[in-house]
Amino acid sequence: MTNDSPRTNPLQPDQAQGSGTACRVVLDDLAISRALMRIAHEIVERNDDLGNLYLVGVPNGGVPLARQLAANLHDIADLDVVVGILDTTLYRDDLTSSGSRPPLRRTEMPSAVDDRVVILVDDVASTGRTIRAAMDALMDFGRPRAVQVVALVDRGHRELPIKIDYVGKNIPTKRAELVKLRASNGSYQRPLEVVVMEEGGRADE
Amino acid sequence: MGRILIRGGRILDPATDRDAPGDVLIEDGRIAAVENSIEAVDAEIINAEGCWVAPGLIDMHTHLREPGQEYKEDIGSGGRAAVAGGFTAVACMANTNPVNDDPSVTDYILDRARQDSPAKVYPIAAATKGLSGEVMTEMVGLVEAGAVGFSDDGKTIMDSGVQRRVLQYSRLVEAPVIVHAEDRTLVGKGVVNEGPVSTRLGLPANPSVAETVQVARDLMLAELTGAHLHVAHVSTAGAVELIRQARNRGLQVTAEATPHHLTLTDEATLGFDTNTKMAPPLRSATDVEACRRGLVDGTIDAIATDHAPHAVHEKEVEFTAAPPGVLGLETALPVVLDLVRGEHLTPLQLIRRLTANPARILGQEGGRLDTGSPADVVVIDPERSWIYDPYKGYSKSRNSPWAGQTLQGRAVATIVAGRLVYDLDRGVLAP
Amino acid sequence: MMGRGLLGIEDLERSDIETILETAERMQEVGRRDVKKVPTLRGRTIVNLFFEPSTRTRTSFEIAGKRLSADVVNFTPASSSLTKHETILDTAKNLDAMAPDAVVVRHAVSGVPKRIADELGAPVINAGDGAHEHPTQALLDLLTVREEKGRIDGLTVTIIGDVAHSRVARSDIYAFRKMGAEVRLAAPPTMLPVDVESLGVKSFTSLREAIDGADVVMALRIQFERLTGALFPSVREYSATFGVDRAKLRYAKDDAIVMHPGPVNRGVELSHDLADHRPSVILDQVRNGVAIRMAVLYLLAGRRKVEREEE
Repeated sequence: MTNDSPRTNPLQPDQAQGSGTACRVVLDDLAISRALMRIAHEIVERNDDLGNLYLVGVPNGGVPLARQLAANLHDIADLDVVVGILDTTLYRDDLTSSGSRPPLRRTEMPSAVDDRVVILVDDVASTGRTIRAAMDALMDFGRPRAVQVVALVDRGHRELPIKIDYVGKNIPTKRAELVKLRASNGSYQRPLEVVVMEEGGRADE
Repeated sequence: MGRILIRGGRILDPATDRDAPGDVLIEDGRIAAVENSIEAVDAEIINAEGCWVAPGLIDMHTHLREPGQEYKEDIGSGGRAAVAGGFTAVACMANTNPVNDDPSVTDYILDRARQDSPAKVYPIAAATKGLSGEVMTEMVGLVEAGAVGFSDDGKTIMDSGVQRRVLQYSRLVEAPVIVHAEDRTLVGKGVVNEGPVSTRLGLPANPSVAETVQVARDLMLAELTGAHLHVAHVSTAGAVELIRQARNRGLQVTAEATPHHLTLTDEATLGFDTNTKMAPPLRSATDVEACRRGLVDGTIDAIATDHAPHAVHEKEVEFTAAPPGVLGLETALPVVLDLVRGEHLTPLQLIRRLTANPARILGQEGGRLDTGSPADVVVIDPERSWIYDPYKGYSKSRNSPWAGQTLQGRAVATIVAGRLVYDLDRGVLAP
Repeated sequence: MMGRGLLGIEDLERSDIETILETAERMQEVGRRDVKKVPTLRGRTIVNLFFEPSTRTRTSFEIAGKRLSADVVNFTPASSSLTKHETILDTAKNLDAMAPDAVVVRHAVSGVPKRIADELGAPVINAGDGAHEHPTQALLDLLTVREEKGRIDGLTVTIIGDVAHSRVARSDIYAFRKMGAEVRLAAPPTMLPVDVESLGVKSFTSLREAIDGADVVMALRIQFERLTGALFPSVREYSATFGVDRAKLRYAKDDAIVMHPGPVNRGVELSHDLADHRPSVILDQVRNGVAIRMAVLYLLAGRRKVEREEE
């Protein structure tokens, strides 16, 4: 193990596991599309004041989902909902003494959050810690009127009292499994799919 | 005193140019016989198989720190470090406190050496009073008290007029004037050799020209006065060349180089370890090469350690504040054996530069293993591998750039005036 | 960067520098928020161990630490081990016993941060040691140039001033070269280090030649103690020959930017006009200093020293 190996270099993120491990697709591109359309309808149904919505995607996976939701809301209710990006890395509760510091992702909040109905969008919800961190981050930006949460996948194993308002699909998993939103070419562009992989499940989702 | 028989070693005698296997018999403090094979009854046997048997090493440049700085080293601990390193005699410099510029201090040093040092001690007295570089010392009185040479080492006599008179006057006693040649105004605050390394380190730099300018001056003054000039710790290619030319012109100049200047370059300072800070500083690879060639062709006559103990708390400070100097007595042998391993010198040539030549320069006995010579002998195992831990050494101090390193070659027995004073198994032996 | 911290640019790979710059860009965004504070280093202790006083750099590190919610402690020991008879080792060991999460060290003599890093379990960040390195300064310079120019590869950077005694110059030389820029130096011969070409730069004693076509003009601060008589005859001659003003700037590219590590000696290294107006980006450098230091603290603070395999 040299100083450059991923484990010891604080600047290189832990190498993603999963190449060559067994994985099954639990949501394909079509299923994701349908789920996002259904969620858009649910958002319209549950919110009286549609003029104050603010979609905030949690990187990386929540961002394309938030954008798709905005497009869906435009289609079904003629709304121009603002989309923001809110990285939660600096608010995590698990930045430990060992291992590398995770790379930071971009935050772009084009609007103020005061008095808005913020809809946080994440790809996979599990322990609830990411949503908790996202709320803490959000509070530093201002005082939203309300916060609602969208998760494309809820895989359970909640550790905090966090409620997901809109769920794409509930997928029971073992703790050790890893659940990821991805595209076959590695980016976050269509076609997307959600896969479950053996080993290396992250407990902070 | 009992007889000692050193058996089965490779005998290296600079006096007779002997390099051959044989036995050495010691009796009454003198070499009694050197033959292919000797039988002796009632003799303590030292088995020297696989080892070299040579005259005891002589270090003509050591700092024993006594009187005045006994917390770093004293004549006893320095003497023990010496014999553990294979040295049977050391010449100690005058920059003590009080300075050895008066016969009473010389007497004190010799007295303490008799009491406490297993190695012979030859005091070098100061060239100027208080090392001030102004008024010369009473050279006649000092030689009578036992001084073997004169030096302001540690400092340089910057006033050329004073240096000239010191050299002239030294003719009265025919003792060498040993110079630490560094032009202080060119050194400035420099602490490492000026070059790419000092640029990378961002430390004040000491240019090699500071040494060559001063050596040039001293050589010209030596030529003018006819004195015996000896240049201490030569470190630059420029100085080596100037000395070579002076010798070719017939000047009576001699020179020494330290083990560190013969083997380490300024790159050793890249970690800011103050145990790589010396004066003069470690120099470039070109300079080290030139010093080696000088040692081989005889321009540089002797290897001398410049053993300079400093306390741990004195060295563990920022680089510019640390006093320069490193230990040398217990590591010199394995370090310079690299020159033999690298085929720059034969074993006999190396031994000559560690024994006969320093003895000749100081005008003392030594460097001979022939019958009748004083029995100052060292048995060296040139292959023995060991890890040097300064905390386990005999010196009171720990400042060595070789700390923790595996070294190859070691003295396994040291005999002074016919008495075994050190062996590897038992260490320094009680008197 | 190694487990020991950030001691200099010389030890960094280009990829390490990229990571720091990217992280700093994220921290710039935090600096644009209303609430410029994130909880990331809450409960962590950062010690500013400044043997050499420096209000600017120290304040910058302090703000950086506080924006990350860390507890920042300022410790200003006597400037030399000699005056207080405490060795560097003693200081380091005492500090280590209090288990800080990061130690920022500044000293007038090269090599002290490294010696302290050797003894501490906590990571050490070099805030400037002697004439050796000032890595966070070089990193904020890189960030500022990238912000202005969109890139660093292929740019020509001219550094002017007392390079021989400047840790900023050394760190900048390493940093800009590693990121693909060409570096030129302009200084009187007495202020150029010996064998400076070994650093991979071209040196000039003519400012005009050095600045010709430059994208970035970086003026170093002149320390007056060095000037008068010793390395240079007078302030007047220095500013006439090596000071940068709009007239001389015309030899550089039209869109060249002017930088300075600060504080500026107005009328000496830079004209009054350039010190305060575009194209000088000095205030951006200061702003980016906080972002860089936040990035470095984020990446290092609280991480235990990695044991070296060879030990």
